[in-house]
Amino acid sequence: MSPLRIKQDHNRFREIVRGKIKENLRKYVQKGEMLGKKGKDVISIPVPSIDIPHFQFGSRKKGGVGQGPGEPGDSLGKEQQEGEGTGKAGEGEGQHTLEVDLSLDELAEILGEELALPRIETRGRKNLTTPKVKYSGVHTTGPESLRHFKRTYKQALKRSIANGTYNPENPLVVPTREDKRYRTWRLDPQPQSNAVVIYMMDVSGSMGDEQKEIVRIESFWIDTWLRANYKGLETRYIIHDAVAREVDRETFFHTRESGGTMISSAYKLCKEMMDKDYDSGSWNIYPFHFSDGDNWSADDTRACISLLRDQIVPKANQFAYGQVESPYGSGQFIKDLRESFGKTETVALSEIANKDAIYQSIKDFLGKGK
Amino acid sequence: MPSAETARLLPPHLAALRKEIEGYARGYGLDFFETIFEVVGFDEMNMVAAYGGFPNRYPHWRWGMDYEQLSKGYEYGLSKIYELVINNNPSYAYLLEANMDVDQKLVMAHVFGHVDFFKNNFSFAHTNRKMIDEMANHATRVRRIVDRVGIEKVETFIDRALSLENLIDQHRPHFRNPSEREKTAAREEEEKRAIEVHGFKNDREYMNQFINPQSFLDEQRKKLVDERAKLKKFPERPERDVLLFLLEHAPLERWEADVLSVIREEAYYFAPQGQTKIMNEGWASYWHSKIMTEKALRDSEIIDYADHHSGTMATRPGSLNPYKLGIELWRHIEERWNKGQFGKEWDECDDLRARRAWDKKTGLGRQKIFEVRKHCNDITFIDEFLTPEFAMQQQLFVYDFNEKGASWQILTREFAAVKGKLLQQLTNFGQPLIDVTDGNYENRGELLLTHRHDGVDLRPDYANDTLANLAAMWRRPVALETMGEGKKLILRFDGKEHSERKLE
Repeated sequence: MSPLRIKQDHNRFREIVRGKIKENLRKYVQKGEMLGKKGKDVISIPVPSIDIPHFQFGSRKKGGVGQGPGEPGDSLGKEQQEGEGTGKAGEGEGQHTLEVDLSLDELAEILGEELALPRIETRGRKNLTTPKVKYSGVHTTGPESLRHFKRTYKQALKRSIANGTYNPENPLVVPTREDKRYRTWRLDPQPQSNAVVIYMMDVSGSMGDEQKEIVRIESFWIDTWLRANYKGLETRYIIHDAVAREVDRETFFHTRESGGTMISSAYKLCKEMMDKDYDSGSWNIYPFHFSDGDNWSADDTRACISLLRDQIVPKANQFAYGQVESPYGSGQFIKDLRESFGKTETVALSEIANKDAIYQSIKDFLGKGK
Repeated sequence: MPSAETARLLPPHLAALRKEIEGYARGYGLDFFETIFEVVGFDEMNMVAAYGGFPNRYPHWRWGMDYEQLSKGYEYGLSKIYELVINNNPSYAYLLEANMDVDQKLVMAHVFGHVDFFKNNFSFAHTNRKMIDEMANHATRVRRIVDRVGIEKVETFIDRALSLENLIDQHRPHFRNPSEREKTAAREEEEKRAIEVHGFKNDREYMNQFINPQSFLDEQRKKLVDERAKLKKFPERPERDVLLFLLEHAPLERWEADVLSVIREEAYYFAPQGQTKIMNEGWASYWHSKIMTEKALRDSEIIDYADHHSGTMATRPGSLNPYKLGIELWRHIEERWNKGQFGKEWDECDDLRARRAWDKKTGLGRQKIFEVRKHCNDITFIDEFLTPEFAMQQQLFVYDFNEKGASWQILTREFAAVKGKLLQQLTNFGQPLIDVTDGNYENRGELLLTHRHDGVDLRPDYANDTLANLAAMWRRPVALETMGEGKKLILRFDGKEHSERKLE
């Protein structure tokens, strides 16, 4: 019994869940939430499951028999209760979704299949690594196309000498299955490109707790994913209200401040950073900015646009702006950006209505095939 | 007697434990097939569990899904599979490598309970006791088909077949059904006898062979037969075994029929386990509890045993734990027959105090439960032995969904309601009753299924999707007669579009 046998079925299932194959089943996939709780490297997401439709009773109004204390009229809770256990025909388990913790790496991997840093280019030769295939060894199995003729011959020769069938008068050597040798390869990490991601976040007073939460979650995920997939990636963090300052990662994800909003302050700082540390000739640069789209004045917005147009966008591989919906803000900023950069390919704009839209928004920024 | 193979599979200390537990089990009168225990790691355990207890199944993503759930549950310490046993002769059971000895003993005792039940309960009398081989054959058959026609096609077909897998006749194994050929022969015989062909009227006999030649008469006969056949219902009687009906009458390709028959056979194999879940789990729990507490437990193991036993018996409001309900009901029966709480005199006694103190020292409990485990399934078990006293003791209640509060609530603790609901849940083992009623619906070769509505509507989106799967097999439009919100409905799928028609 090889435990590997079920892995095929398992892979198949994962591919369906990720929508790679069998689109028709996709609607039955019960997806988990993106993020249950933050904190120590674990989050809680439900395991995906796929329901096969049957002629079956609608679960509402169905009711059933239970066991335990309580008076008639007492509530049993809002979740769906199934009369699980009784009367389920077939093999044991019914359908139940179970909540488990998933490590960040695992989640980043799931995200990863649909995402990529857009327009990454070979600039510089320092930090960022990509794997390269290198033929480095010899093995007894492999595809015929990689057969190592010389080693195979040597092996066959050794064998025929050893068992005495070798005749120097008639040096005929016939390799058997066991004699064959094949080249094998390994993946060598090759330093290829340098990349930096500059996160900017609006922490001003007009951003409610919910908005900040959304922005944090989204940038947290982008950050997590990028870190998992691009080793040696540099990241910088800027928070701003009316003034901007650089902070470390920890602070970025945990600060709560309030004040007015001047977006240009952040862009200015971002530009200075780029000028000082990241020469666009040898760096891939990805600024991300998140805000509720409520800027101090039209003048400041104009300043932002000119900063972007003249300084940031030309040097960056992609400038990404995510705007979270807020009940207070006008949400004007994205409209202004759209007007100026709507046709610029290297500017990605995304509106994030609520937590459920985070995933789509990440795909807007990092979706493959851009 | 453990075979040589068994001895090889179990490490010595487990082999010794197994011998000990088996001795106790036989001592109590349990009667089981030879049981082969295999020690497996958690990964393998998860795989086997995902395969429904078998080491090998046909390829399908569903096993992968179950495997993922089980693996994650185990990895994160949320759930663990304790026992797994297959109804087979010899029976196979799995022991988790990392378990403590006390757990292994508990599992063995539990497993012997299950195997005794498999062997003796009437519901399993017609199951294939060489199912391990059969499952492996199924796997090979399906894999070969996959090699020939490709995984995509086969998997899509399996998805459809699984969507229909609950449409079997739960009671069919207990009848001998006439084969299709026998049925046809009988029908033809009857029809031939009934039909009389009269040619044109003719009183000059010598002209008869010119006016009514044999070929003409034959033609007339054929016409009549055809007409009769059209009038005949098809199927003659509503057919509960929808999968069989499809196998016999749907225009399936050969490989499709092969796959469908695999799915159907496996559905029938697993059906009795669904029909006896409460009894079976209760029975196994009753015996592991008895064997452990009376014989096998060492002093140092009591705490762990109690912890794990109570974990298995835990109840949550709003759900019914078959282990708990089962074990309590078995004990209830044993107690009643030990004390003579049955028969006319008992039934007619309505003095509560007398009933409570009732003890005739009949001592028939053990004998009774062995008898019941032979002749009941969950429905008859509950129907016969669930008493008002028991329902009260066990705090059983009926719950339902309160639309206003958008939550589940306790509806009543009234005995009749509890028992009624429980039996309703078990009727057809929780599946809606659906028959093929017309294989030539509206005389257009369409397929009509009829849902016998018993108060609960079908889930409409799934009903439509299932119809689509059915249509893909029938290759003609299909329809389902059911009810929705108190009105008779015909749901129809014509291969492209769903429609819904209300009947007056």
